[in-house]
Amino acid sequence: MKTPIVIAALAVALLLQSTIAGMSFTAASRVNLVLVAVIYVGLAYGAVTGMLAGCAAGLVQDAIAGGIVGIGGLSKTIVGFFVGVLGAQFIVSTPVPRFLMFFGASLVHELCFQALYALVEAHSIRLQISGALIQALVNGAVGITIFMLAERGPEMMQRDNWRRSSTVRRRY
Amino acid sequence: MLDIRRRTGVLLLVIVVGQLFLISAQVPSKSGVPVFQAVTFGAFARVQGGAAGFLRGIGNIWGNYVWLRGVRGENEELRKQVTDLSVRLQEQRALAQRATRLQELLTLQTSTAVPTLAADVIAGNPNPGMLTITIGRGSADGVQPDMAVVAAGGVVGRIIGPTAAHAARVQVLIDRNAAAGAYIERTHSGGMVVGVDHDPPLSMDLVSNMADVKAGDMVMASGVDGIYPKGFAIGRVESSERGSGLYRAIAVRPSVDFSSLEEVLVVLVPPRSAVPEDSVPAPAATVGTGK
Repeated sequence: MKTPIVIAALAVALLLQSTIAGMSFTAASRVNLVLVAVIYVGLAYGAVTGMLAGCAAGLVQDAIAGGIVGIGGLSKTIVGFFVGVLGAQFIVSTPVPRFLMFFGASLVHELCFQALYALVEAHSIRLQISGALIQALVNGAVGITIFMLAERGPEMMQRDNWRRSSTVRRRY
Repeated sequence: MLDIRRRTGVLLLVIVVGQLFLISAQVPSKSGVPVFQAVTFGAFARVQGGAAGFLRGIGNIWGNYVWLRGVRGENEELRKQVTDLSVRLQEQRALAQRATRLQELLTLQTSTAVPTLAADVIAGNPNPGMLTITIGRGSADGVQPDMAVVAAGGVVGRIIGPTAAHAARVQVLIDRNAAAGAYIERTHSGGMVVGVDHDPPLSMDLVSNMADVKAGDMVMASGVDGIYPKGFAIGRVESSERGSGLYRAIAVRPSVDFSSLEEVLVVLVPPRSAVPEDSVPAPAATVGTGK
């Protein structure tokens, strides 16, 4: 059950990211939904799953993006792995640690991504710190939101269903 | 069964390395060739170089081995050819020397007033005590005992013993039992040359202490013995000392090289008792002084 969920999450993330990028480049540069999905998978399912998810998602993202295939994949592989490792080592069940994890992982990803590009293209690292920080913040926010939705969504749905049913009983 | 999920580090390494390869495959190097291609080509080139070196080494070893085998065979063939050519060269050289000697003998024969007969030396004496040679002429050719035998260098010896039809034995002058009448060419001091057992192998006896004999003087046959014709060279005085008695001690080096006698001339003049030297015909010219 885990694998289809992960694949579905990654596919949705890719679809959303490409949709946002189609609407606004600026908005697309402020968030990386695929990275958020990878970090989420890493935190939720562990290092191996996070690593594999990062690899697959990054490769697909690279392939769709039209750049050098592998740079995003490698960056997301590393991020997914270490997020999974850190998630297993520390308690990241509350929003703040999760936010920090998303924030830090996003920065690390950006750093790896730019460093690899710089290495491959033989130039210095062109890291826009402000843009990286903004993206990390947005990713963190989106990430804890997703976690909240994922954790509380079923409960909220169940509660909503119970509330609806009670209203119907009161009418009759 | 290996659970790859429990080998997280290995899996990470594999994935990272795989993606690095993937990246390298797409990244162009400074030369325009993708890094992956360049690295792969470089690494493979090293492997190829190593393999080529290895194969070249084997090829060289094999080639050299085969080559050396061929060289060995060729070497043996060349050695055979060299040996064959050396033999031929020696044969040709011997033929040339023989031709020279024959020419000298012919010259001697034509220049000598006495009748002569050329003969090949066909054997030596197996008895070390007697210095004789065997020639390929005998009684059938008119050879008789006590006939003189000469060579281009001078006097060789005389025919001794019974002669065969086509062979005769020659006592050489250096034999200790041989003797010949002789004189010093420069002063005409007479004496007798005999063979001795030491070097030089000839000694001239019966020369007065008063005679003027010096080293280097030519010693010629006087003919008084009735065997050797007058005027033929016998040798050269090597040393001349005053003797303890009446006669000088004169050592003579033969003018004929007895170690390499191959052709000789037999003087076809029957021996006679000792006669005055004037009755013995002298050669027309002095030839073959040996020096």
